[in-house]
Amino acid sequence: MPEISRDEVAHLADLARIDLDDAELDHLAPQLAVILESVASIRGVAGDDVPPTSHPIPMTNVFREDVVVPGLTAEQALAGAPESEEQRFKVPRILGDEQ
Amino acid sequence: MSDLTRKTAAELADLLAAGETSSVELTRAHLDRIAAIDGSDGSGEGADDGVHAFLHVDADGALAQARASDERRAAGSAAHALDGVPVAVKDVLATDGLPTTCGSRILEGWVPPYDATVVRRLKDAGLPILGKTNMDEFAMGSSTEHSAYGPTRNPWDRTRIPGGSGGGSAAAVAAFEAPLAIGTDTGGSIRQPGAVTGTVGMKPTYGGVSRYGLVALANSLDQAGPVTRTVLDAALLHELIGGHDPLDSTSVDRPVPALVDAARQGAGGDLAGVRIGVITELAGDGWQPGVMTRFQESVDALVGAGAEVVEVSCPSFVHALATYYLILPAEASSNLAKFDAMRYGLRVVPEAAGNGAPPSAEEVMKATRDAGFGDEVKRRIILGTYALSSGYYDAYYGQAQKVRTLISRDFAAAFEKVDVLLSPTAPTTAFPIGEKVDDPLAMYLNDLATIPANLAGVPGISVPSGLADEDGLPGRRPGARPGARRRPVLPGGSGARGAAHREVGRPSCWRRPRS
Repeated sequence: MPEISRDEVAHLADLARIDLDDAELDHLAPQLAVILESVASIRGVAGDDVPPTSHPIPMTNVFREDVVVPGLTAEQALAGAPESEEQRFKVPRILGDEQ
Repeated sequence: MSDLTRKTAAELADLLAAGETSSVELTRAHLDRIAAIDGSDGSGEGADDGVHAFLHVDADGALAQARASDERRAAGSAAHALDGVPVAVKDVLATDGLPTTCGSRILEGWVPPYDATVVRRLKDAGLPILGKTNMDEFAMGSSTEHSAYGPTRNPWDRTRIPGGSGGGSAAAVAAFEAPLAIGTDTGGSIRQPGAVTGTVGMKPTYGGVSRYGLVALANSLDQAGPVTRTVLDAALLHELIGGHDPLDSTSVDRPVPALVDAARQGAGGDLAGVRIGVITELAGDGWQPGVMTRFQESVDALVGAGAEVVEVSCPSFVHALATYYLILPAEASSNLAKFDAMRYGLRVVPEAAGNGAPPSAEEVMKATRDAGFGDEVKRRIILGTYALSSGYYDAYYGQAQKVRTLISRDFAAAFEKVDVLLSPTAPTTAFPIGEKVDDPLAMYLNDLATIPANLAGVPGISVPSGLADEDGLPGRRPGARPGARRRPVLPGGSGARGAAHREVGRPSCWRRPRS
C-alpha cells in the first residue's frame, strides 16, 4: 500500500465531511499510515477465483406485505431536530452565492 | 450489598414465581447498588472512581415497570419467566423516551422517539430497564476508553479497562449492578468484555436477533446479544430477544432454537459425543501465559467431561484482523454519514466567513462532525473512506471481501470435523486504563480471536475459566465459537462453565472482592 500522506488524509477528511485542524492531522495521519501498512498484508491472500462475501447470510429481495402501518408523527420526527419550522427540518443554506 | 443482587436471573425468576420477592424489591436493590458503586449521577460524567457502567440510570422508569410487573404477577398473568427481572441496555440501542448517545457527543441529549425491537421485546416481557450502559463511541474500541463520557472501570480492578466496546454492560453485570444486560458484538464487543470482567457474553448467529433500532456500526457484522453471569441466564435472555423481526430485513425467519433446554442439558456436565476443535492459529506469541494456562485447564476439563478434543487449523484466521479493519471502516464510514447535523443530534455552526455569508450546510456538517466525533471514530471513517475510494477499492475492500469468504470456508471445513470450536477469547487480561488508548493497532489486537465469528456470521460465547496467576484478573476464559445454527452451542458453553466451576470453585465473578 502506498504511504498515506498528510495531504491525502486531509483530502479524505474533506470527503468524509470532517473539519480536521492541523494538530489533528499531525496526530491522525501517522496513525493511519501504520494501520494501513498493517491491513495491506491482505493483498494477494485470495485468488481471483474466490467470490467476495458482502454479507454472512445470502439473501435477496426480502419482501413484506404492502400495508399501511402507523409511523412517527411529525412532532416525534422533529423532536430531536437542531432547528425546525412549520413541521419541517430547518437546515443551513445548501446553495452557494453563485447558485 | 443485598443478597438479591448476587443471584442469577434464573434464580430471581424462581423467587418471583414463588412470591418470595417482588420486582419492585429487586429492582430497587439493583438501583441501590448502582447508586452505591457506579459513581454516576445520571449526568453521564464519571467524575470519581466509581465503576461508571451507566451513562443514564432510569430509576423512576424502572420502578414503574417493576410495579406493573408485580401487578401482573398478582393477577396471575406474568408475561414471561423473566417478567420483573431488571436489565441494563447498551446505549447503542434506541429506547423510547430515554437518552441514547452511543457514547458520542454527536448524540448527546438525543432521545429516540421509538424502541429498538430488542428493547420492545424486553419491555413486552416485563423486564424493568435500569438504564443505558457505557460503551466505546459508536462501538469502536476494545476498552470503553473511547466513550466521550469517560471510561468504565473494571470492577475487579478499577484502574483497568472493562473491555469494549460493551464495557458498561459487562461491568454492570460483573459488579452486580444488573443481573442481565444487552450488549452488541461487531468484532467481539460482547465477548471480549465478558472475558476481562469474568462474565458470560454471547454473540448470537448473525440475523438471530433483530438489528432494528440498533445504531449500526457495520451492518454485515453487528449482532445484539446477552451479557450475564451464567450460561443459563444467557440462554433465557437470548430466547427472549431472538427471533424473526419484519422490521429487520436481515433477520432470519426461522424459530429460535431451544437454547434454555440446551443450557440445562449442558449444565449436567456430560459432554460425551461432543467434538471440540481447538484452533491452532489462536495461540503462541502475544498470548499471556496465565490466559493460556487457564485455557488449557478448561480444555482438560472438557476432556474430563467426556468431550472429544482435537486441534483444528483455520489457516485464514491470521488474515481476519486485516479483513475486519477494511470491511468495518468501509461500512462504518457509510453508516456514520447520517450524522450530518441536519435532522437530529449535535449542530455546530462555525463562524461566518470573511464575506459575512452565513455558513453553508456543508460547513456546518464538517464543523459538527469534527466537534462531535472522537479520534477513533475519525480514524475509522477516514480509513473506510480510503478503502472505498476508486483506485483502492478492488485492492483493499474487494480483497477483504474475498478473504472473508476464505474465513467462512475455514469455519465450514472445521465444522465438518467438530461441533464446537474453542479458543481463548482475548490474548490478555484487562490492561491498565490509558495503556493502549492512543495506539490503535495494539488496541485492535484484542479482538484477534473474536473477529472471525463476526466475519462468518456464526455464533460465539465467552465463558469464564478462572483467574490468571500473574495478575489475579479474569480474562482467560475460553471463547467457544460454535458453528452453524444447528450446532449445540450452549451445551458446549454450559459444559465448559460447569467444568470451570469444578476447577476453580465458585464462578470467578462471584469472588469479585472490591467495591
